[in-house]
Amino acid sequence: MDMPAKKLGLKERYGLLTRDLHWDTTYQPMDKVFPYASYEGIKIHDWSKWEDPFRLTMDAYWKYQAEKERKLYAIMDAFAQNNGHLGVTDARYINTLKLFLTGVSPLEYMAHRGFAHVGRAFPGAGARVACQMQSLDEIRHFQTQIHSMSVYNKHYNGFHDWQHMHDRVWYLSVPKSFFDDAFTAGPFEFMIAIGFAFEYVLTNLLFVPFISGAAYNGDMGAMAFGFSAQSDESRHMTLGLEMIKFILEQDPDNVPIVQRWIDKWFWRGYRVLTLVAMMMDYMLPKRVMSWKEAWEIYAEENGGALFADLARYGIKPPKGWAQACADKDYLSHQAWNVFYNYGAAAPFHTWTPSAQDMDWLAAKYPDSFDKHYRPLWENYTEMAEKGNRFYSKTLPMLCQVCQIPMFFTEPGDPTKICYRESEYKGDKYHTCSDGCKDIFDYEPEKYVQSWLPVHQIYQGNCFERGTDPTAEGFDPLIAVLQWYHMNIGRDNFDFNGIEYGKGSEDKNNFEKWRAMSTGNM
Amino acid sequence: MQIDLRTVSITPLRQTFDNVAKRLGGDKPASRYQEGTWDVQARANYHYRPTWDPAHKMFDESRTAIKMKDWYSFKDPRQFYYGSWTQSRARLQETAEADFDFVEQRGLVANLPATIRKLALELYVPLRHVEWGANMNNASICAYGFGTAVTAPAQFQAMDRLGSAQYLSRVGLLLGSQDDLVAAKEAWLNDAKWQDLRRYVEDSFVVQDWFELYVAQNLVLDGLMYPLLFRRVDDFMTSQAGPVVAMLTRFQAEWFVDSSKWVDATMKTAATESAENKAQLEAWATAYAARAVKALTPLVTHALGDAAAGAIDEAMTQFKARCAKAGVSV
Repeated sequence: MDMPAKKLGLKERYGLLTRDLHWDTTYQPMDKVFPYASYEGIKIHDWSKWEDPFRLTMDAYWKYQAEKERKLYAIMDAFAQNNGHLGVTDARYINTLKLFLTGVSPLEYMAHRGFAHVGRAFPGAGARVACQMQSLDEIRHFQTQIHSMSVYNKHYNGFHDWQHMHDRVWYLSVPKSFFDDAFTAGPFEFMIAIGFAFEYVLTNLLFVPFISGAAYNGDMGAMAFGFSAQSDESRHMTLGLEMIKFILEQDPDNVPIVQRWIDKWFWRGYRVLTLVAMMMDYMLPKRVMSWKEAWEIYAEENGGALFADLARYGIKPPKGWAQACADKDYLSHQAWNVFYNYGAAAPFHTWTPSAQDMDWLAAKYPDSFDKHYRPLWENYTEMAEKGNRFYSKTLPMLCQVCQIPMFFTEPGDPTKICYRESEYKGDKYHTCSDGCKDIFDYEPEKYVQSWLPVHQIYQGNCFERGTDPTAEGFDPLIAVLQWYHMNIGRDNFDFNGIEYGKGSEDKNNFEKWRAMSTGNM
Repeated sequence: MQIDLRTVSITPLRQTFDNVAKRLGGDKPASRYQEGTWDVQARANYHYRPTWDPAHKMFDESRTAIKMKDWYSFKDPRQFYYGSWTQSRARLQETAEADFDFVEQRGLVANLPATIRKLALELYVPLRHVEWGANMNNASICAYGFGTAVTAPAQFQAMDRLGSAQYLSRVGLLLGSQDDLVAAKEAWLNDAKWQDLRRYVEDSFVVQDWFELYVAQNLVLDGLMYPLLFRRVDDFMTSQAGPVVAMLTRFQAEWFVDSSKWVDATMKTAATESAENKAQLEAWATAYAARAVKALTPLVTHALGDAAAGAIDEAMTQFKARCAKAGVSV
């Protein structure tokens, strides 16, 4: 009889069950089997030095994930059956979910496809498996979000055509172009962009504020998918960190390339967070913390510690770091102002902060709110109450890189709009900041391709087929909103109604249904 | 007796998302598969060309010769979304775990005739590399394919194959030891009887048309290899030595039945779309089937000896019948 085999350690067993499956091909050359691995200039000498960030074989994965799914869908079913949506603080909250479904969930899907791509592209077997697992988790996140928000779509406006809108609506080109940028970059840059900058450095400022916001505002539905995704997210963070360390340790020539990607993707990610900043400070009826506080904890403290740790590889904090820290007093206010202005053109509602909200903002932003923004909101409120709710009807100029309207201000002067300009092949291109200008100038051939919503509208590319812009009484704004598939008058305008004070459909329905469920009508 | 529990009922504004309603032909309640699959992949206004493939758009219909008016004509008859897929696989996993435990606890390996044990190690353990290849190929289909209706199940399929490779590795560890994994890899790389199969797999890695890859991997190679090695050879071992080995490869046998439902539906949808598609699929399937038979013959012969030729003919006949049902003549 044979001797019983010695018990394998976890690491050894995992190695046998994953990377040992790999072989170097001989009937086809390796660089044809993995054609995307070298063109970025990253030098990898030895993939066997890759440390598996987590050791999860498929049998264990199926077992744990199936259990999580069973629990999550049980909560979703109960939430739907009980009209759980009527338990949220008030209907303003639901607008954060519209922002999430149209702006963030499609990125989860893009992450799924992007990780499938790098999960095929890396020559290292350990890295491939880890990326494929993340691809799988990302489709989970996308689908659980769609399924959770399906119940909101049944009862509220603005959710009904999320994918069509994601591909077209002006401000949604901000998150869309962010992910398109990462997806179309090489596999190593994708990992620094998404795996490291997004999942590791910025996730506490993106995903977490939405889910904490859900918890604070009584939204059991969104909270459930967020909490269920938590253990997946921690795997993703470990992968991002392992990837950057692995690249840096493989060759000193990789350091300047990675540094440039960190500079770029920090800034790119930070610009997307503009939407989160205004959500935290203006859209949540019950706030979790201010954007400024979140920035101080998650970026300045945690991020500072991370970059101190990476210093041993010769990595410096991202170039735009100081600027981002200085902007924390202004960012959310400037952003909500723009959305308030363009409240007719976005498929969610906007509103002015109440007196109580303004006191909260003043306390959280003692250096900026009363001085720069309170007078603005008081003026808007007064105008609205007099029946003259302000909507801007001209189209804004967009940054060529981040695609956000040019409303950011000059460093050190919150009263002066910041413009930067570059020239490429005889044309002028505009950017909103030094950070975006640097990105443009390094890779102009990429950013001249940007599908800029405002340019496209002016070129006549954003009307339904058969629209005649020369017809008498043609209203270009209405035509664009029709092309967005917006239900005009139901999805957009002020939370308090087209006729100010009469209430939007969402507001009125929520109040009516809540009264039905808590009293005897 | 019936009890009547009541909840507050409010009338919803709509039943589902607009894109889903359009496909359902009206505002009707939709399934989770439908809401989580239809029209999910971005379709318009991509910002940049991939730097890794500047000849194409990010998602590009022209990455395959197959043409579809609507890429969401493809349906997964299993209606898998992540939640239903992972729960279905957890059931397979639970069965497999129980089978492995049973074999181990009852010491069934010790009573296995040495010839059968040797054959199982020689045949099933190197196949873990084929499964690994199938993992890579389905990751490709997910990454470069068009439309979530095909790409999402391809990702699930990719992970299924990783799972399968891991179970085959465990077969090696249970019937033998780590040394048998080493020996199996050596055979995969150098033993003459494995080389045509390895060449088939490596050639598939460089196929650029993702639908061709789907045919080469999921229809043809799986469609011949699974019935021959996980059914026919399995039956032979069971007849010689009882069902111990069959218990350890039950995952593969049951998985193949499940996966074939999806593969058949995908082929049928593509083939019935147009005469051009049908001709293209037939050309691919015929060419790859000839190569697959050549690649599998030495392995089936190793297991079944003189009975191999008959077994291969029979498998080929069944495979042709299966393809014919999907509208593809091989």
